[in-house]
Amino acid sequence: MLELSHIYYKIKDKDTEKTILEDISCVFDSDCVTAITGHNGSGKSTLTKIIMGILKPTSGKIYFNGRDITDMSIDERARLGLTYAFQLPITFRGITIKELIDIASNENNSIPKACEYLSKVGICAKDYIYREYDKTLSGGEQKRIELALAIAKKGDCVIFDEPEAGIDLWSFERLNNLFEKGKCYIVVSHQSRLLERADKILLLTNGRVADYGDSSKVMRNMTNMTCARVKED
Amino acid sequence: MKLDNISKMLLEKIANLHEIPDGAVSFRRNGKGELIRSTPHIEISRKADGSGIDIHVLSACQNEACHIPVVVSENGIFDEVYNDFYIDKGAVVTIVAGCGVHSSGEAGHNGIHTFHIGENAVVTYVENHIALGSGQNKVLNPVTNIDMQKNSSMTMETNQLGGVDFSDRVTKANLKAGASLMVKEKILTSGFNVTKTNFRVVMTGEDSKCNIVSRSVARGESEQVFKSDLIGKAECFGHVECDGIVLDNARIDSVPKVCARDKNASLSHEAAIGKIASEQIVKLMTLGLNKEQAESKIIEGFLK
Repeated sequence: MLELSHIYYKIKDKDTEKTILEDISCVFDSDCVTAITGHNGSGKSTLTKIIMGILKPTSGKIYFNGRDITDMSIDERARLGLTYAFQLPITFRGITIKELIDIASNENNSIPKACEYLSKVGICAKDYIYREYDKTLSGGEQKRIELALAIAKKGDCVIFDEPEAGIDLWSFERLNNLFEKGKCYIVVSHQSRLLERADKILLLTNGRVADYGDSSKVMRNMTNMTCARVKED
Repeated sequence: MKLDNISKMLLEKIANLHEIPDGAVSFRRNGKGELIRSTPHIEISRKADGSGIDIHVLSACQNEACHIPVVVSENGIFDEVYNDFYIDKGAVVTIVAGCGVHSSGEAGHNGIHTFHIGENAVVTYVENHIALGSGQNKVLNPVTNIDMQKNSSMTMETNQLGGVDFSDRVTKANLKAGASLMVKEKILTSGFNVTKTNFRVVMTGEDSKCNIVSRSVARGESEQVFKSDLIGKAECFGHVECDGIVLDNARIDSVPKVCARDKNASLSHEAAIGKIASEQIVKLMTLGLNKEQAESKIIEGFLK
């Protein structure tokens, strides 16, 4: 279980201070897929980067399985079981996909075992296993491998930042199958099909929690809000 | 032939050998040629003046290898050798050279290698350099001169694997029609190491090709200067690429130069130097590596 308590994130913008996230408190349960959604610039990716330790909150606390991880580094959080799949995959020169799978899973995998992770994201594993994870791969290939690394990490809490971006419908179905029982999934997304799949939705507006709860309830409220806005227009 | 532990370690580092291999070999240690072995298709002989060896690869040589490692493990040895390679028409050969220095004082090796590559011959040349031990003035100055006849090809992999206090690396090549030279260079410096690399390739023949890729990592207070001069005197293709990672207070200067002396010469260069991309470190940290492990992995991949 992951808990956020009164998270604030502020940045200096020229001479003024800008609040990106304001008083975010939320509990992400185990055995639950929680979607974080909201308009562009609402703070979705910032929030997940704070959870992973990539950004430090200005104030507030983060607890993972009851342990205060607020001051922990990225790798300490990763070793505790937090996993992050980036919206834009990060490539390397000279590091093969097999090497990255081994790092993620913290073991020297057999070829069939390493291939399993790649097969789960719908790519023909044997064609990729010894390829470098570099820019010669297409955006879709990079994205799928990014997801495979998150699976290989076997964390208790997996964060997917816009996992559907750049992958086709068929891959989306595969993505849906990646959610395992008992784990906490946090998925940043705008896509209705992912929001519908989620158990819960956290709706952010201008860095604040606008709504949080069961996905059907939040989606109903989002529809009502949109209708109200259309009527006002 | 019995090898001491330091020689074994150096051989492993520079040639991935655990002992003197079978086949064509020249093994030089502490300024003396200790072993020369020819094969029916690769003849190795000492020069009459004792300045080095001549290696003659016959046309009948097809996919054979020749090892010519050098080890310097005594202080005060500054070895200089002149090795000439005569590669006959159509031969296909892999030559593994390199020098390992291990000393607690000053020591060094200057290897001046000259290749005469016949028509249609195919040469793979691997040259690794490393220096170990506490000595403060370990010097390696490799010089490679290459003359390539029509439609010959050479792939040259040169690696300076660390610990070399000073190095002045020079490669000069002349390519005739249809000749192809591919160079992959990797340099790692640290501490107060200084390394200079200088390529000068003249493409005189039509359809000749040259591609130079240099990757370097400079750490500590080390300095690297990369210079390349690619000259096209005919319809030809040449490209030079120099990528560097700079860490700590190190310096890398990259000076790629291309000169067209024929309107049909197609020449290009690119150079990129910078620190390790922070997002790469972050990505590996999200997979569980700490910052130092992540940096090491990125450098290892970059120099692979």
